[in-house]
Amino acid sequence: MDYATLLQLLDSTLRLGTPLLLACLAGLYSERAGIFDIGLEGKMLMAAMSAGAVAALTGSVWLGLLAAIAGSLIFAVLHGVASITFRGNQLISGVALNFLASGITVLIAQALFGQGGRTPPLTDGGRFNPITLPFAESLQGVPVLGPLYYEVISGHSILVYAALAFVPMTWWLLYRTRFGLRLRAVGENPASVDTAGVSVKGLRFAAVLITGILCGIAGAYMATALQAGFGREMTAGRGYIALAALIFAKWRPWQALGATMLFGFFQALALRPDVVESVVGRKVPVSMLDALPYVLTVLVLAGFVGKAIPPRAGGEPYVKER
Amino acid sequence: MTLMKHLAGAAATLALTAGVATAEPAIIFDLGGKFDKSFNEAAFGGAERWKAETGGTYKELEMQDEAQREQALRRLAEAGANPVVMTGFAFGDVLNKVAPDFPNTKFAIVDMVVEQPNVKSVVFNEHEGSYLVGMMAGMASKTGTVGFIGGMDIPLIRKFGCGYAQGVLAAKADAKVVLNMTGTTPAAWNDPVKGAELAKAQKAQGADVIYAAAGGTGVGVLQTAADEGILSIGVDSNQNYMHPGKVLTSMLKRVDNAVYEAFKEGENLTPGINVMGLANDGVGYAMDENNAALVTPEMQAAVDAAAAKIKSGEIVVHDYMSDNTCPAAQF
Repeated sequence: MDYATLLQLLDSTLRLGTPLLLACLAGLYSERAGIFDIGLEGKMLMAAMSAGAVAALTGSVWLGLLAAIAGSLIFAVLHGVASITFRGNQLISGVALNFLASGITVLIAQALFGQGGRTPPLTDGGRFNPITLPFAESLQGVPVLGPLYYEVISGHSILVYAALAFVPMTWWLLYRTRFGLRLRAVGENPASVDTAGVSVKGLRFAAVLITGILCGIAGAYMATALQAGFGREMTAGRGYIALAALIFAKWRPWQALGATMLFGFFQALALRPDVVESVVGRKVPVSMLDALPYVLTVLVLAGFVGKAIPPRAGGEPYVKER
Repeated sequence: MTLMKHLAGAAATLALTAGVATAEPAIIFDLGGKFDKSFNEAAFGGAERWKAETGGTYKELEMQDEAQREQALRRLAEAGANPVVMTGFAFGDVLNKVAPDFPNTKFAIVDMVVEQPNVKSVVFNEHEGSYLVGMMAGMASKTGTVGFIGGMDIPLIRKFGCGYAQGVLAAKADAKVVLNMTGTTPAAWNDPVKGAELAKAQKAQGADVIYAAAGGTGVGVLQTAADEGILSIGVDSNQNYMHPGKVLTSMLKRVDNAVYEAFKEGENLTPGINVMGLANDGVGYAMDENNAALVTPEMQAAVDAAAAKIKSGEIVVHDYMSDNTCPAAQF
């Protein structure tokens, strides 16, 4: 494998890893606050449809992004109402919302455009176009680092850089602010937060809404940056891979970046069986690479690679003592 | 009151007899969905053509998941639909089981052979059509490398890829064909994001013409090819219009004709295997104003000559499904 191929793989990794990263950070907020969210997939799908539809109707990708966040937030609020206000089972609510998203996205897109649940192809103003970072062109001549900067780091849409910026922001918010401390506490021991006079419901709703916003950006990235429109079930299970990455990262932001980029790298590798063959020296079935993220997650869960301990109060609705 | 009852009864009887006299045909679309701009949409087009010409009505059903197949078939057959047409190889096993239970109903299946006395199986020589578009890809390529992106990795899709590779090599003997499959599960038909990444990966390997036989995933391939300034080839329906001037051609599979014929024959559908190839216009390549500038007269002449030779039997395109091997490509 030569350097150019490696760069191409890394470039592909960043594109494929970004929706996973956004969804993984989204799940992190929710689960750290004690609300399991299996509905990341559904929220991303809803966001992708909203982004595709609004960008197609208005011709503005920014309105599309706002619509994506709004669409995803509706689902986040539904999940919050079901699992926080009415103390329903969080897994069941999440699964139900996934099914709802799968159906309603196609239904709305079909009603609006009559193209079989697809949104019409977006033209230039309706898409996030790649941006070239400063000096990328002129530094291209610098050995090793120049091409790396030009090929891999530069030339992505703004949402990719936003997603990367969310990682330190999340770390700072969780570990360096009062809000973050309370958020983590509400996922470990909500009773103590309640005793301190802080609203458990309020904190959990805040976390679930942040989840909605991040999933919205993930969906918009897929429909308006990677693709030029929404297609039925276009998230193709990425919400579940993000959940696996969240466990792999043990619910921590920097590790989430590592895990999602690793999984993105596996996905990128699966696209280049010829490279795998030349490195390993024999033919490797593509499906094995596709399964690798799940295999690794199971290994982590089984305790082979350190311990993965979820937030202690995760999945349990908070009931004040009477 | 009694009078009302009598009237209602009479009306019901009338409706029943009317139903028996002209049974409605029915069509079931496979998982890609009715508007996949490709395979299922072609079938829909055939049904609509029949409707426009005869003024008849038909029942339709779209599959949502694997588990519905048998239920869907039985429901339509029990409702008196005749014939019941289904698109997609995946119905094979289910139809084999269901067909004997409804001896008076005729079934037609596209893309699969089911040997039952009341089933018409329509299969296409996709390898012949793919061979022709492969020749065009080989001639249009400047880098000498072309790509193929399949949907789910099944023998039928390998048949597309194999015919394509043979066509490419026939046009340019030293050309390189990069073959990729999107996945091994039905989700592979609906993952445009992965299709797009595959197209980028193939471009990185030098491919400048990419043939997508991947249902909804192909939409992503065609989009990316257009974005990246390389050519693509559509499949099943004419997809040239999706990116005018950037889609070299489309491999046409006249599923619409198959559905139209089945509907037209109605209850008198002739059971048996019906092979639709180049010779009876079952497959072909698409030419329209969107790709007129891309296809040179030499290309068209070469492809038409090859088509004539395939029809006459002078050129035999190897069918992957006949022995699960391909002389021109490694899967």
